[in-house]
Amino acid sequence: MALQSLDIARRSATTTPPPGVRQTTEVAKLIDVSACIGCKACQVACMEWNDIRDEVGSCSGVYDNPVDLTAKSWTVMRYAEVEEKGKLEWLIRKDGCMHCADPGCLKACPAPGAIIQYANGIVDFHQENCIGCGYCVTGCPFNVPRISKEDNKAYKCSLCSDRVAVGQAPACAKVCPTGAIQFGSKEQMKDYADKRLVDLKSRGYDKAGLYDPQGVGGTHVMYVLHHADRPELYSGLPDNPSISPLVGLWKGFAKPLATVAMAAVALGSLFHYVTKGPNEVSKELEDELEKEDAK
Amino acid sequence: MIRNPKDLQRYTAHERANHWVVGICFILLGLSGLAFFHPAFFPLAQLFGGGVWARILHPFIGVLMTLSFLGMFFRFKSLNTMTPADKEWLARVGEMVNGDDHNMPEQGKYNGGQKAMFWVMAASVALLFVSGILLWRAYFNFPVDAVRLGAVVHAAVAAAMIGFIMVHVYAAIWVKGTIRAMWYGTVTRAWAKQHHRGWYRQMTGK
Amino acid sequence: MTNHWVDIKNADLVIVMGGNAAEAHPCGFKWVIEAKKERKAKLVVVDPRFTRSAAVADYYAPIRSGADIAFLGGVINYLLSKDKIHHEYVKHYSNATFLINPDFKFEDGIFSGYNAEKRNYAKDTWSYQLDKDGYAKVDETMQDPNCVFQLMKKHYSRYTPELVSKVTGTPKDAFLKVCEMMAETAAPNKTMTILYALGWTEHSKGSQNIRTMALIQILLGNMGMAGGGINALRGHANVQGITDMCLFGANLPGYLTSPNEADVDRKTYLEKRTPKALRPNQMNFAQNYPKWFTSLQKAWYGNAATDKNDYAFDWLPKIDGAYDTLAIFERMHQGKMNGFVCQGYNPLASIPNKKKVGDALAKLKYLVVIDPLTTDTSEFWKNHAEFNEVDSSKIQTEVFRLPCNLFAEDTGSFTNSGRVIQWHWKAADGPGESKRDVEILASLFLKLKEMYAKDGGKFPDAMMGLTWPYRIPGKPAPEELLMEINGKALTDVLDPKDKTKVLVKAGEQLGTFGLLRDDGSTSCGNWIYCGSWSQGGNNTAKRDNSDPSGLGQTLNWGYAWPVNRRIIYNRASADLAGKPWDAKRTLLKWAGGKWVGNDVPDMRPDAAPEEGVMPFIMNPEGVARLFAPAMADGPFPEHYEPFETPLDKNPFHPNNPKATSNPAARVYKGDMEVFGKAKDFPYVATTYRLVEHFHYWTKHSKLNAVVQPEQFVEIGEELAKEKGIASGDKVKVRSMRGFIKAVAVVTKRIKALDVDGKKVHTVGLPNHWGFKGVAKSGYIVNTLTPFVGDANAQTPEFKAFLVNIEKA
Repeated sequence: MALQSLDIARRSATTTPPPGVRQTTEVAKLIDVSACIGCKACQVACMEWNDIRDEVGSCSGVYDNPVDLTAKSWTVMRYAEVEEKGKLEWLIRKDGCMHCADPGCLKACPAPGAIIQYANGIVDFHQENCIGCGYCVTGCPFNVPRISKEDNKAYKCSLCSDRVAVGQAPACAKVCPTGAIQFGSKEQMKDYADKRLVDLKSRGYDKAGLYDPQGVGGTHVMYVLHHADRPELYSGLPDNPSISPLVGLWKGFAKPLATVAMAAVALGSLFHYVTKGPNEVSKELEDELEKEDAK
Repeated sequence: MIRNPKDLQRYTAHERANHWVVGICFILLGLSGLAFFHPAFFPLAQLFGGGVWARILHPFIGVLMTLSFLGMFFRFKSLNTMTPADKEWLARVGEMVNGDDHNMPEQGKYNGGQKAMFWVMAASVALLFVSGILLWRAYFNFPVDAVRLGAVVHAAVAAAMIGFIMVHVYAAIWVKGTIRAMWYGTVTRAWAKQHHRGWYRQMTGK
Repeated sequence: MTNHWVDIKNADLVIVMGGNAAEAHPCGFKWVIEAKKERKAKLVVVDPRFTRSAAVADYYAPIRSGADIAFLGGVINYLLSKDKIHHEYVKHYSNATFLINPDFKFEDGIFSGYNAEKRNYAKDTWSYQLDKDGYAKVDETMQDPNCVFQLMKKHYSRYTPELVSKVTGTPKDAFLKVCEMMAETAAPNKTMTILYALGWTEHSKGSQNIRTMALIQILLGNMGMAGGGINALRGHANVQGITDMCLFGANLPGYLTSPNEADVDRKTYLEKRTPKALRPNQMNFAQNYPKWFTSLQKAWYGNAATDKNDYAFDWLPKIDGAYDTLAIFERMHQGKMNGFVCQGYNPLASIPNKKKVGDALAKLKYLVVIDPLTTDTSEFWKNHAEFNEVDSSKIQTEVFRLPCNLFAEDTGSFTNSGRVIQWHWKAADGPGESKRDVEILASLFLKLKEMYAKDGGKFPDAMMGLTWPYRIPGKPAPEELLMEINGKALTDVLDPKDKTKVLVKAGEQLGTFGLLRDDGSTSCGNWIYCGSWSQGGNNTAKRDNSDPSGLGQTLNWGYAWPVNRRIIYNRASADLAGKPWDAKRTLLKWAGGKWVGNDVPDMRPDAAPEEGVMPFIMNPEGVARLFAPAMADGPFPEHYEPFETPLDKNPFHPNNPKATSNPAARVYKGDMEVFGKAKDFPYVATTYRLVEHFHYWTKHSKLNAVVQPEQFVEIGEELAKEKGIASGDKVKVRSMRGFIKAVAVVTKRIKALDVDGKKVHTVGLPNHWGFKGVAKSGYIVNTLTPFVGDANAQTPEFKAFLVNIEKA
């Protein structure tokens, strides 16, 4: 990877255009589930590189640990035992931010600059701008961002934007012992995935495919799946994720419209006043009462 | 300040205080809420010490407003029962807006518009409270779809409520002699006779 | 490993059995994935559990723990009966043609020469028929009923798919599918590699588990081939190193054997260990034993070892019995030991039957623990509630903890599973008062020597005679140590063919063990490491990963023993004429008067194919042994049940109770009595590691504790249902020796197996927890395991024993 410009392509709660003169290669991480042995080296590398240490939890009867993403666990392995027609498969998926091309978190975020999307496609949280409202959580179709109980800021995988900026692969890709996590330009990753799919199909996985869901404009973290027709087998990977219509409704055209409506009410009132004049007590009535009083 | 002793007492001190607690809360909520509503309003967050403070304070103020609104609600609920006359008034509100209120049906302490406003406010506050609780992540953790719905409802109701409150405020400004009722509690008899003749009669026995 | 990590990528078929490479060796496992991606290789996993390795396998077959020989014996039967073997290879490169003593017998599960009382074999009938020159007789047609091939065929003809399935619990079709896939690699240009680990070694017939697969690899012609071999994946970055240095009582460095009481002098000692060639023209490389041993004595005793004093032979301790870990703890338990120095070792957690180990430690006068961490062993005397219920007031053992550095806090070398010795550099200073292990040992030695000098003592010579040539005696440098291990010329080393020619000048480092002498002119601390630090410098520090062959040989990366050879027996990768079986994966070929190729030849470099020098140069036969008299429990592997078996008999020998479990495995008095029976403990338990942890070490590390915080046991859904156990419930697992409590992980990945007409459930017991560390405290799993080991290596039977389970 060449050095990245880290130009910002999109910024939360910002209506003006971003810098757009320079061209940056779109990057992507490819998680080849068919080569993943679930060793959790990615989890450990993530903790080490990002200087985060989650709590020592407990065993809840599964291999998954920590059992879910937290503000201090930006990636976790999810283990699904799937048995169909007498054939058992242990589908192990590394879960974390998908770095959507059309990020729901960014769309939902009300704090300017708390969530940004770099020109290379990485979606990053800038905690210093985060107000802790949690709207990013509602915006995400993958249930990824987590609000820290300690500082009320939202956290998630940064795709090691700091490493990528200096031409390094994300920590998880760097340590993955089997090469199940690959990193490069999105184009390279798609090419690599094509090769993997040929291999998987030759091994009888007819439905093998690349997970790059278009409902969110494609993602910068993609999966090679043996059963691309049923992503939900992989611990509930959404089949066709998209930003919730509720979020779309709330963050889309409705808000500017409501803003205009409120302004219209205010202006309407003003113009009503200047056109119709004030509604004053009639002189007649006042005189009438004065007369009464005089009696 | 000595005013005309014959002025009519419209609101007690408690009622006025209650109203202004709600009013101040609403202004603060509106300003902080708008900050999250659209990027254009985000600078309003600075009034509260920045986005984080706005996010922290907004729900507490919301709870305070809900509680104080409850006080108002029970104080004024019975006065806001809709009557056939109110409905007629509402049906003919166009004349009123047009500045011609001479032929409007006779009104008691509140006209149909005010009563409608009362119920709209009550419903809005209830909805804002419930949806606001759904959004209050610092203390609650609801399923994400509930939170999403809460966010839409909260924003939509808040926008509507802001509109209604603007109407409410404008109405008070437009109808001269009204605001003093909420400042020091009294209105002139003439004002009462013109706008709330039924109430005027009830108060004066005339 | 006969091959090496990177070479796995050259395989066409990867078998993971008796191990779980993805779990225990995730970094090396990358080469399996590479083979799959780039060579279209297939991965087959045979295991009682559907493991992390199985998660990426092309085919998975379940097996009952402890039934591997039945399975593999069945494969041998399949290969022989379907004639799916590499004929040329078997005929020329193995002892298939050799004639065996007609008195050799195998009857009702027992080989000839058995002594039931001593539980061992007299091996005189396990021998070759020799001709008048002392060479083994062969039958090139392999038709003689006493030839190894026919004996083997007969031996394994009992291993029918039906019986195999009945014993292993592997469904017959799954077993045959695996056979079929393995059989494909009998083609000369196809190879299969086998990756195993403690899943094979930790059985009462561990060595034979591995040997059975070795037989298969020989039959398929996969030994010495790129992408083939028998590959033991070692459990620690340097466990190969510790084995090479032979830090066991029974061995000396470089796999030399310790003298015992019968070895009254050096001559007797050497005669017994220096073999004569069993076939004409063979290299019989072990004939150099006297050179290796004498050079070792010179490295240890320097100028004090001379031909006058038999090169200090008398100063070596003479073994009077077994000194494996089980034997040590048995002695300790009998109160026959005063002190124990425990370095980088946590026996309370690592040795079977924690109660026995704890009781044994309590009988010591003193215990010295040299470790970077506060081990459970160092607190065996302290009450840690339910996890270590002891009465401290009754324990008088004095415990000394000497904090030492971790590997990353020291410079030195690692030897990986592929025998590649790699230098590593210190990354950080150790904390507090911690010291390098070498420094601690040096200080101890110097203090003892000082005490001997001052006070005398019964036998000071061995101590006073030791050479200690380090610049700072209390702090031997890692570089000094490796140079010493490599060895040097003490006087000029001359060419035996031309005495005027000096091969190495006095004082120079030796480049290869071929230069070692038995006349005291060379010193070498470990003959197989000779060449690692030659006169040119530290070869283990080489970091050139260029790979001109594309086979991953990287001859300039580190240094592999022996003589930087990456794939041993590589002569077998070419046919008799010296032409590679598979030209695309050429390791070696005969080219105009010498062997050339992509590896250091495992052959005399100028041995022309016509000379008939065979590839297995360490054997006096020159060929691989299908029939191996050296084994303690039989020249052919035979299936025996684990000592705690869920069956009441060995289905192969239902009428001979003596052949139920390994008849030659050692069982101590008192231990036989605490073996559980299936009626009380109906479930097969097996212990294993998890990828998130390393032994009992990483429970001290927060990162590891976060990703796997709490002890658990794994059971199948069917057993869970029977017992009313749900995932996440606390359960109690009992064996005859004690109990543990842990969280239940109920999984589809462990299936009940149909074995000999009964349903056998497996209970999976991950190790790693104890009462010290930052992970949640847990029970020591070895509370449950039986105190019995493999008949050859005495590795404890951690992988197959009996338990019961209930909701806690």
